[in-house]
Amino acid sequence: MHEVQPRSGATAGSPYVRLEGLTKRFGDFVAVGQVSLEIARGEIFCLLGASGCGKTTLLRMLAGFETPTAGSIWIDGVDVTQVPPYERPVNMMFQSYALFPHMTVAQNVAFGLRQDGTGKTEIAERVREMLAMVQLEGYEKRKPHQLSGGQRQRVALARALVKRPKLLLLDEPLGALDKKLRERTQFELVTLQEKLGVTFVIVTHDQEEAMTLASRIGVMRAGEILQVGTPTDIYEFPGSRFVADFIGSVNMVDGTLLEDEPGHVRITCPQLDCTVYVDHGVSAPPDAAVAVAIRPEKIQLSRDRPPGTDNVLAGAVVGIAYLGDATRYLVQLPNGFQLRVTAPNVSRREERFDHGDPVWLHWHASSPVVVTR
Amino acid sequence: MHQRRSWFVLSMLCFGFAFLYVPILSMIVYSFNASRLVTVWDSAHSPTLVWYSELFRNDEIMDAAGLSFRIAAVNATGAVILGTLAAFALERFRRFRGRGLFSLLTTAPMVLPEVITGLSLLLLFVVLEPLIGARGATTITIAHMTFSMAYAIVVIQARLATVDRSLEEAAMDLGARPLKVFAVITLPLIAPAIASAWVLSFILSWDDIVITSFVSGPGSTTLPQYVFSKVRLGVSPDINALATILVLIVSVAVFIAGTVMMRRDQRRIRDAQIALGAGG
Amino acid sequence: MASGSRLGRWGVIALPYLWLAVFFLVPFLIVLKISFSNVQLSMPPVEPALTWDADHAVHLRLHLSNFAFVLSDRLYIEAFAESLLIAAVSTVISLLIGYPMAYGIARAPGTWRNVLFLLVVLPFFTSFLLRVYAWMGLLGRAGPVNGLLLKLGLIHEPLQLLQTNFAVYLGMVYSYLPFMVLPLYSAIEKLDLTLLEAAADLGCRPTKAFFTITLPLTREGIFAGCLLVFIPAVGEYVIPALLGGPDTLMIGRVVWDEFFGNRDWPVASALAIVLLVLLSGFVLLLQYVQSREREA
Repeated sequence: MHEVQPRSGATAGSPYVRLEGLTKRFGDFVAVGQVSLEIARGEIFCLLGASGCGKTTLLRMLAGFETPTAGSIWIDGVDVTQVPPYERPVNMMFQSYALFPHMTVAQNVAFGLRQDGTGKTEIAERVREMLAMVQLEGYEKRKPHQLSGGQRQRVALARALVKRPKLLLLDEPLGALDKKLRERTQFELVTLQEKLGVTFVIVTHDQEEAMTLASRIGVMRAGEILQVGTPTDIYEFPGSRFVADFIGSVNMVDGTLLEDEPGHVRITCPQLDCTVYVDHGVSAPPDAAVAVAIRPEKIQLSRDRPPGTDNVLAGAVVGIAYLGDATRYLVQLPNGFQLRVTAPNVSRREERFDHGDPVWLHWHASSPVVVTR
Repeated sequence: MHQRRSWFVLSMLCFGFAFLYVPILSMIVYSFNASRLVTVWDSAHSPTLVWYSELFRNDEIMDAAGLSFRIAAVNATGAVILGTLAAFALERFRRFRGRGLFSLLTTAPMVLPEVITGLSLLLLFVVLEPLIGARGATTITIAHMTFSMAYAIVVIQARLATVDRSLEEAAMDLGARPLKVFAVITLPLIAPAIASAWVLSFILSWDDIVITSFVSGPGSTTLPQYVFSKVRLGVSPDINALATILVLIVSVAVFIAGTVMMRRDQRRIRDAQIALGAGG
Repeated sequence: MASGSRLGRWGVIALPYLWLAVFFLVPFLIVLKISFSNVQLSMPPVEPALTWDADHAVHLRLHLSNFAFVLSDRLYIEAFAESLLIAAVSTVISLLIGYPMAYGIARAPGTWRNVLFLLVVLPFFTSFLLRVYAWMGLLGRAGPVNGLLLKLGLIHEPLQLLQTNFAVYLGMVYSYLPFMVLPLYSAIEKLDLTLLEAAADLGCRPTKAFFTITLPLTREGIFAGCLLVFIPAVGEYVIPALLGGPDTLMIGRVVWDEFFGNRDWPVASALAIVLLVLLSGFVLLLQYVQSREREA
């Protein structure tokens, strides 16, 4: 069982949403296996994983569309595991938006309020207020097929938020939008959430989406949550090879522990032909087989040999990708192993390397991450 | 993409449509023929409307038509109700016990020869006679509903399959109970299919002869039964008149349906243009 | 759907299921039972299968004689054989006419396609009976077909076109053509045109592309259309009754005559059962094809 505690950024007190040993089986296939999770009030929590990892199933269980095979779901202190979706204080924004095609925008947004039996005047007021918040005033009488993709999404958002749910679930919210729209919508979503204070749970396969939106991320794989943490935690301190590899790009090498002290470790890596010195301790048995992860942007290239013997390598540039704001280099070591290096284009007069140039690579002792799983 | 218009396909199209329509047109033409020998053209007295007036004065035909109409209407309504329930079950319920059998039961009436279904229904009604009384309009309606339902299911299920499940889930998520979801979301979206199914069932019942002959009783003569017994003896001009009227009604209905569909397509294009015109 | 209660679900299924069970399944069981009975002079003209005797013992009589009779008598065997033959030939002719028609409609430009589609469907909505009747008018000795042939000097006296097998074939193809065209149209319309473009790009001539790409990919439509014509055609009654001659032996007519003419319910039932068994394989095949198409 993976019981994961939030490292930082969570509010004190009892969690707002609590999942205990949540499991979903379809025949022999385990879509979600014994997931336990705590989400704080007002958080934006993101479930990140590739397709088929079970994140959508988990979301649907939160919404009430799938009944868990085992485990329980608690929202604001109430066990809602067996509560049907139409009685849960949870609302969802669907990936396809699911706007009712035979109703106008106003009718769509008002739908949830009408199910509650809210009075007509109050409905009209709240619909107007909500549409203003998503910048769709004047669109009340339009039908969904008369709207563009971005507008439809905002209607879907308005419809889900107008009931002021305790929990808002978003299924791949930015997936259908093009890049420019996506950036704009990312900021709009976060602003809206801060204004309303609703707890968001987002499901996505897009790391950038997760990193931008979430206050905390849960990385999922094969029905299990591998690691929960803030975007910084996940990126800078991945707890496993998978997580390190999944977020951003990474150079991953195998090694054996040479020295294991509380203040530092030294690892020998045959693939690198040098020793790696890391300035913090790890918890692992002596001579353990570990993996060392170094992010491409943490490696520096230079023409001259840098001082020191740890964390220093020689190689030659074999690949260059110029991206405008940065340049990605592929550097090959004498033993054939290749490392990825990302160098920001800080100034126009900075030295750049060409194909075949011999270079020296080095990194700071705090940069590598030692992974034992 | 270039459209290669094959002369073979074109000529087959023409031949096919001619094949389909020449008999119908011939019936219409001969309905205006004054001669009682339908196909021998009496140029002296034709064209004439005498057979049409005879048709409307023929009480037997009028009664039979009225009965057929009532049976067809009741049958269509019943078939659509049962069909919607069955289509919903087949489309939305993943697995249930007896699903295979149910699926078979809903397809078979459409396909099996009518003598088989007619014979079996008659035998059932004979057994049930103490319960439901003599055979007549009721048994005919029941029999018709049984096979109409099969067709209704095909039409409605096809449409139901295209309804996005997430629409129903969204409605539930917003607080609507399952029955409300069906009434407010699903039903409006499958309404066109339900209407088509009603019309289809109506026509099937209106037109049916074999099953009706098996399950009818004395005093319940439907229009097809009347026509059949008459034409067994040979061609008859008032039947031609009847045929013309029916073709006219159907053509008008199809024309209206076609215009409605075209209008809807145009509106959809216009709406898409509005959406495109809008910014993000 | 996680939220539909089990009771709610059964409520939805119950009504249609019960209806079909009572009005479709049970009748077949009754037919089965009667096919094992003997005829007697009564109403219904059938001996009861279950009888009590003085000792309150229950006897169940199952006569296999009806089946033995039906399966051995030359008349019935010929009727079955001829029905299958006529149905098969009609199906093939319908396919040969229907496929090009469906293809033409599916490939027609926008508005034309809708118009043509409606034109194919329209005859389906006009009375089946009346359309068969129309052929009675056309093929009669005094009818326009004979008239035309006489005028053209191809014949010297009117041909006997009605009451022949020829008329039956004509009537069959005529009546069942829409049933062939519709599933074919549906299948051809779904065909991805870019596949044909790719074939042309790779050097395949149109005729060859048709046989190697279009035809195999519309296979399911062809099966559906053929089965939708063949199965009911085997048991067709009206067309042979109105257009066929005394020697046009179709099983639908035979069942009818046994039932209404001879009042021999057991034999008629036995015939119906044999016909049902004969066709059940095809019906299951159709089920399979349709479920495959729905999954696709």
